[in-house]
Amino acid sequence: MEGGSECRVNRSVDYSPWVDWSSGCGGRTVEARFVVVGLELDLWWWIGARFGPAETTTISRVMGAEEFGYNVKAQTFNEMEDDDFNHFSDSELVYHVRDALNSVSLGDCDSYNQLVGVMHHSKGLAPDEVALLVTSLKALSGAVSYIDISLHEALLSSIFDMNMWNYGPDVMDALLGLIISLASSNGKYVESCLEMLVSSFTPPFSFMDMLKQPRGIAKKDQVLSRVHLALKHIADLVPLAPSKLCPIISRKMPIYEKEPMVVVYAENMLKLESGAIGEFVSSTMLMALMDTLIDLDVDIGWDGILHDDSSKGIFQMEIEDMDEFADYDEEDGTEDTLLQFPRELSRKSLGGNSTAEKLDSLMVLTFEHLKSCEVSGRLTEVFEPLLDSFRITVLTAYKSKFAQFVMFYACALDPENCGVRFAVLLADIFACEDYPLSFRMSAVAYLASYLSRGNFLSAPLVASILKRLVDWCFEYCNRKGGEMNPTSHRLFYSGCQAIMYVLCFRMKSMIDVAWFKPHLLLIEQILKHKLSPLKVCLPSVVEEFCRQAEAAQLFTSSEEFNFNDLLESEHSRAFGGMERLDMFFPFDPCLLKKSDRFIRPHFVYWSMVRPPYDDDECISDEDVVEEELDLDVSKMSITPRNPLSYWISNGLEEPRGMPARIRPSTSPESL
Amino acid sequence: MEGLKVSDANLVVYVHPSKSNKVPQAVLRELSSLLFRFNESFDGVVLAYDVQIQDKIAKILPGFHPYFGVKLKAKLLLFAPKPNMLLEGKVVKLTERSIHVIVLGFSSAIITVEDIREDFNHKIKHGDELFASRSQKRHVIKVGTMIRFLVKSFDEERLHISGSLLPANTGSIRWLARHSEDFSVSDRSTRKRSESEGELVGGETYSLNNDHQIKKSKKHRIRE
Repeated sequence: MEGGSECRVNRSVDYSPWVDWSSGCGGRTVEARFVVVGLELDLWWWIGARFGPAETTTISRVMGAEEFGYNVKAQTFNEMEDDDFNHFSDSELVYHVRDALNSVSLGDCDSYNQLVGVMHHSKGLAPDEVALLVTSLKALSGAVSYIDISLHEALLSSIFDMNMWNYGPDVMDALLGLIISLASSNGKYVESCLEMLVSSFTPPFSFMDMLKQPRGIAKKDQVLSRVHLALKHIADLVPLAPSKLCPIISRKMPIYEKEPMVVVYAENMLKLESGAIGEFVSSTMLMALMDTLIDLDVDIGWDGILHDDSSKGIFQMEIEDMDEFADYDEEDGTEDTLLQFPRELSRKSLGGNSTAEKLDSLMVLTFEHLKSCEVSGRLTEVFEPLLDSFRITVLTAYKSKFAQFVMFYACALDPENCGVRFAVLLADIFACEDYPLSFRMSAVAYLASYLSRGNFLSAPLVASILKRLVDWCFEYCNRKGGEMNPTSHRLFYSGCQAIMYVLCFRMKSMIDVAWFKPHLLLIEQILKHKLSPLKVCLPSVVEEFCRQAEAAQLFTSSEEFNFNDLLESEHSRAFGGMERLDMFFPFDPCLLKKSDRFIRPHFVYWSMVRPPYDDDECISDEDVVEEELDLDVSKMSITPRNPLSYWISNGLEEPRGMPARIRPSTSPESL
Repeated sequence: MEGLKVSDANLVVYVHPSKSNKVPQAVLRELSSLLFRFNESFDGVVLAYDVQIQDKIAKILPGFHPYFGVKLKAKLLLFAPKPNMLLEGKVVKLTERSIHVIVLGFSSAIITVEDIREDFNHKIKHGDELFASRSQKRHVIKVGTMIRFLVKSFDEERLHISGSLLPANTGSIRWLARHSEDFSVSDRSTRKRSESEGELVGGETYSLNNDHQIKKSKKHRIRE
């Protein structure tokens, strides 16, 4: 017998017969001489009675109260009392509880109320109170069939209100035993039991600060391993339980709580996904997680990202980032000039944003989970629900800002399968006539950004996808060709812009793909068609593309386009429509600090691109000053051919740049 | 095993206009939403279906969304346990006070100690909990045993069965199959039951195969 606490036996207890033990015991003979009146005293008494030498009682294990810092003394009952009493077995306790429950319908609620009181008592439990609680829970487990859903509502609600985090391991085990018994005894309790377990995914508010400390982490492991085991047991006994579990989990997601809570909850979801009942809940969990990511994503206001003063080219930001990133912590970017670290500033303003922080933490959690799936060989299986979720949730969300990077990372982990699958899905959506227009345009915007930014994508893959786009655009020209009309041919223009955008990043590698050559010629025909995509598509993209095409000597003749260095034009606005899909580049550098560390190794920054006109290494400019447009857009600048002339000729000139930001235009029709 | 029946049903499935070029798919999807739920009209839990589209012409409903109604003839496999039926299931958990059973892989059933006949004693042997019969040698129920039990009640909403092992013709199926003739002589009604048991036994082997077949056909349907 392990250490027990001091047994306080109140000798003034009135021992009066209360129940006839000898009947109804199923043939087992019991000699019980003393039965006591009040339950609270009862159990203490029983606890004492169980300290008999022969019986290995469950209570005695409970009495290990070391964690409460108590100096425990083992005291056998023999030392304290006369050796007259018999030991009460578990079944006797069960009978007592049964009688307490049954007597409620007869009007006698005393024992029952005391039982309810024991359940409610949860804070600052002394070891004997712990023992009382454990005994009560175990006795109840055996008496579940006597619990009536309406008569014993108080008891049930007090049980279901218990949060596992408040208790030590022994109480937890007893409580879970009761929950599992309840769930399997009667279908009526299954949902409440599941809800109780899901509520125990997160600790009570008071625990929140402790979560990051080693003590908190140990407690978390203690609780969650038991909760998940209980869920598995319930699923084993009630096969339809997982289908009831999923809606409960989605509903109880504490999305508006503080960041540690949300993260712990999401940890639980992912633990379920990869756990014992994973095969039943996996896709639901992943979809629910993506839904949460998107909900947080759309909640982040654009103000969190825009930094009105900066409007600096992302190009410099990226360069600076690469050099400074290693040192960047919570460093105040203001020591450097506004010009140099605008990105950090916008990151900082985002950093204060609690929704962004939550999203950041959740995305990191997802990345880590994906990594572990890849290690265990499950990535392909996990990717399918992610892909579905992307198509249903992310693709339809209005300009998702960061949630899509989950897909990016998953593809980076497995370029040959997942990477290809993603690209093909987007291309299929673009080409499929069953989908609505803005859905297809959104898909091709994702595709263009993805193909440009993923450094893990092979040239042949990019070429084959481009080929599809080119073929589609070419066929469109021949089939539906007409005059230039931004609103009537939106899909066509978005397809052309996608092709040009990808080529801006990958001109050289595409030229190197031998079989792609004929398609480059097709591109020329498309761009020179009456539909005039070069006039309609986003000017900065067109300009950059033309510069590169000229340098690479792609086209047989080149027409001069002078856009006055506009980022956008009325035509591009027209084809971009309400959602400004003309300026949508979803895989632009991720602004979430922690997530970016995962993405960075697989990402192509504009600064890494060597356009054909730049065969020498050129340094970037630090002091690009942009004209403040009423559009307030920041762009990626490119290395100018002649830095000096660039700056001297026009003081405040906008650099020609690749539009890389997702900033909405402030013109009237934009949202 | 009782409680399973095959019903013929005439159904109409209303299909959304967007699915008008994939009607069979839409119909199957609609029908699969019926699975593993108790349906009042059919009076049972739908386990499997076999569907034939009756008419290529469907009536379009008037209204905002012009759904059209596809007429079908379907064979439905239904699970409809009623009180006093005998069901078979696998024991998944055994405690001193209860036996937990799963029927047909999806329905949970519980038999509490009050509904287990006195004959059965709870024991712990080699670390395993089991119920062993005192009068019938080698009649043992433990985790993994397939047992036959009587239905006391069936919760249609939760698909949860409350069962009983009181009648003499309940217990481990394997034992019952082997010892159907060796029933205690003291009870005439038991004798009578043993004759019908013979049929049941014959039926029991059939039903085991049936289950297997049923499971197979279920897979077959879903693959469609």
